[in-house]
Amino acid sequence: MSRKIHIVCLSGTREKLQMAAMVASVGAASGDEVTVFFSMNALAYFIKGDSTEAPVEGEFGKLLAHKGVPPFKQLFQQAAELGDAQLLPCSMALDLLEITDDDLVPEFGEATGLTKFLMDAEGAQLLSF
Amino acid sequence: MSETKVIDACNTYCPGPLMELITYMKQAEVGDILELLSTDQGTASDVPEWVNKIGHEMVSSEKVDDIWHIKVRKAK
Repeated sequence: MSRKIHIVCLSGTREKLQMAAMVASVGAASGDEVTVFFSMNALAYFIKGDSTEAPVEGEFGKLLAHKGVPPFKQLFQQAAELGDAQLLPCSMALDLLEITDDDLVPEFGEATGLTKFLMDAEGAQLLSF
Repeated sequence: MSETKVIDACNTYCPGPLMELITYMKQAEVGDILELLSTDQGTASDVPEWVNKIGHEMVSSEKVDDIWHIKVRKAK
């Protein structure tokens, strides 16, 4: 059965971005309707050309640098391409960063306000990272 | 004519092997068999879950010398 999963991605740390990307990609590729809302420290990694390394929270985060671990950016991209996940930038975060949704990688959708995101999330499972 | 495609996802971690399989599954024809090679333990249990949910067909799953060989037939 297909579920509706809404993910709020706020943290800029490697572990949280990785877990959010894993849930988004596996869920979307398994037929769930996945929407990810990016705000706060999570958004800037998706500015075109960005190559900043996400800082680790703890020892485990260092293990994620292993070459066999799919990078979170790749997993979010696969979530969008293989499973039609919607990746949405928070309009407030875009304003504070003084950028627009055109400055983000192409898998990202339109600038989205919190009100619209929450309305669309009605009845969905809401996960926050 | 259906064919078997081998996908070597050894030494990648969850959900890498599953994503590899799904990428090739999208490109495959109905009836094709995809054989996923993985050293990730979780993959051996996760892939059949995914296959059953999506409605493809598990052909076989066996571990040979620490490598899982998971064969899936594209059903739709």
